[in-house]
Amino acid sequence: MSGGNLEKTELSLGFIPLVDCSILVAAHEKGFASAEGLSLALHKERNWATIRDKLNLGHFDAAHMLAGMPVSASLGIGQVQVDTIAPFVMNLNGNAITVSSDVYTAMGDAADGDLSEPAHSGAALKKVIDAYEAPLTFAMVYPFSCHNYELRYWLAAAGIDPDRDVRIVVIPPSLIAESMRAGQIDGFCVGEPWNSLAVDMGLAHIVVPKSAFWRQGPEKVLGTTAAWADAHPKTLNALLKALYKAAQWCDESANHAELAQLLTQPHYLDVPALIILRALSGDLAFGPDEAQRHVENFLIFHRQAANFPWRSQALWLYSQMVRWGQADYSKVGEDIARSCFRPDIYRNALSGLTPPPILPGASEKVEGALFDPTPAGAKGRPLVLGPDNFFDERPFDPDDLQGYLASFPTL
Amino acid sequence: MQNKASIQKAERIVVIDESPARAAILEAGLRDAGYQNVTLIDDMTGLLRRLSVIDPDVILIDLENPSRDTLEQMFQVSRSVRRPVAMFVDQSDASMIQAAVDASVSAYIVDGLKKERVKPILDMTISRFNAFARLSDELESVRTELADRKIIDRAKGILMAQKGLGEEEAYKLMRSTAMNHKKKMVDIAQSIITAAELLGGEGL
Repeated sequence: MSGGNLEKTELSLGFIPLVDCSILVAAHEKGFASAEGLSLALHKERNWATIRDKLNLGHFDAAHMLAGMPVSASLGIGQVQVDTIAPFVMNLNGNAITVSSDVYTAMGDAADGDLSEPAHSGAALKKVIDAYEAPLTFAMVYPFSCHNYELRYWLAAAGIDPDRDVRIVVIPPSLIAESMRAGQIDGFCVGEPWNSLAVDMGLAHIVVPKSAFWRQGPEKVLGTTAAWADAHPKTLNALLKALYKAAQWCDESANHAELAQLLTQPHYLDVPALIILRALSGDLAFGPDEAQRHVENFLIFHRQAANFPWRSQALWLYSQMVRWGQADYSKVGEDIARSCFRPDIYRNALSGLTPPPILPGASEKVEGALFDPTPAGAKGRPLVLGPDNFFDERPFDPDDLQGYLASFPTL
Repeated sequence: MQNKASIQKAERIVVIDESPARAAILEAGLRDAGYQNVTLIDDMTGLLRRLSVIDPDVILIDLENPSRDTLEQMFQVSRSVRRPVAMFVDQSDASMIQAAVDASVSAYIVDGLKKERVKPILDMTISRFNAFARLSDELESVRTELADRKIIDRAKGILMAQKGLGEEEAYKLMRSTAMNHKKKMVDIAQSIITAAELLGGEGL
């Protein structure tokens, strides 16, 4: 127990019902938080906006957040500016782009290649869209989500203008399958278990798991305000230790059945454990009545230094905000984005752990440049990164954000 | 003497609420305070088109309404509505914002609307939301009370049948047992019913 000198021991944390809230649930249910002297109260919310507002007002100490949220909040896009930080990444990957069964059948008829390749599925979708009279509608979960950026990137790579050729709307994760059943949307990008649930309802077919889009992309983070972190440095360190150990536990396949049993409870996901288990194991059923297929690295909770908040991840998110007109590029904006991911806090919090954690020496890396596992400099234990390439094999150099943006063909 | 309602206030207010009862209570309050330009919306389909026609100065919505993320994205992408931002316009008034969140009120306010014009609208909304929450709590406790009474009556019937007691005696027996065991009478009544169901017998 190390709770003696913490500024605060009872913490309120917000979460959205998704498989990637697992680390918070495990930290609370498996005793990792109490071992650090912390008692967690987890609050389920239906909106990312509610999470943001309750965090800003101090109702929450920290929260399960989309990786883009600390960046948009710190920049003050779409809200009043609040310095918000991400000292810990909760997972890499774990979402997917899914289309209705009708659209999938039409894509199959139009396809020139293997639909499991994002470039081929995008090209097939382009043909379907060109043939349809009314524009298709796609849902994602929040304007500053990886889901929005992945969907737009994938569409644009196939020559589909996400602002002109389709309609993109926001629908909260738990309402997405119902919206598809009601015929309001033709496709969506959302985290699990909501893709698998739509598949099991016989409505949809998974097309692009995130790992096929970007083999190692950030997804959710632990977010808190800079003011809270400044006022509670010891508490934050204790929380990061608890989350780090919970992440290790969640990443072990031997624990997945137990984790699914925890998550299936009504106050967490309230979705059958067998469906949750698909995301945890990576054995996805892509379409109704299809046999499960294994997707390598579908969801990464811990391995490959997944929890380390690379500043280059924040910069990639900023590049997408600029690409899609949410932000105007500025050097100041770039600096704000870079500094809201906090590898310094991560290193400081975890450096004393035994066995020693992997602590990367660098704080930024070129994203999407590794096609094979590659050793990288680290303290503690050896670090092997990647492969982490994007499906279009375009690397993101955080030192040349504008050059990266200029490399995309205009639509 | 000037009638309060005759002071017409020009702010255009939209209320989005899944609860028609709460929306109606809020609308009545705003109208009484002189806000004649209030529109209630309970259906999210075609929302953007309606908002662009109404061109509201203030949008009031339940903090937990699942449509808030949808609403915020509409503000982002559309050029047909002015861009309101979530309530933290003026962080200097932390107590008002705190009160709003406690009452589960969230407001979107179009940039440029002065604080002194926003405050009375929010104050009104907060007090009506709180009144509604109290009303809901009271309704819930009335419902619980009714359900409790049914259980107690049933247990009383069992005692009367099995122990040959009068109504008054059966009631007193349950009450004294509850007091002796430091339990609620409804819990004792429920135990009697459960026991009778398990053991069988008359009075069920």
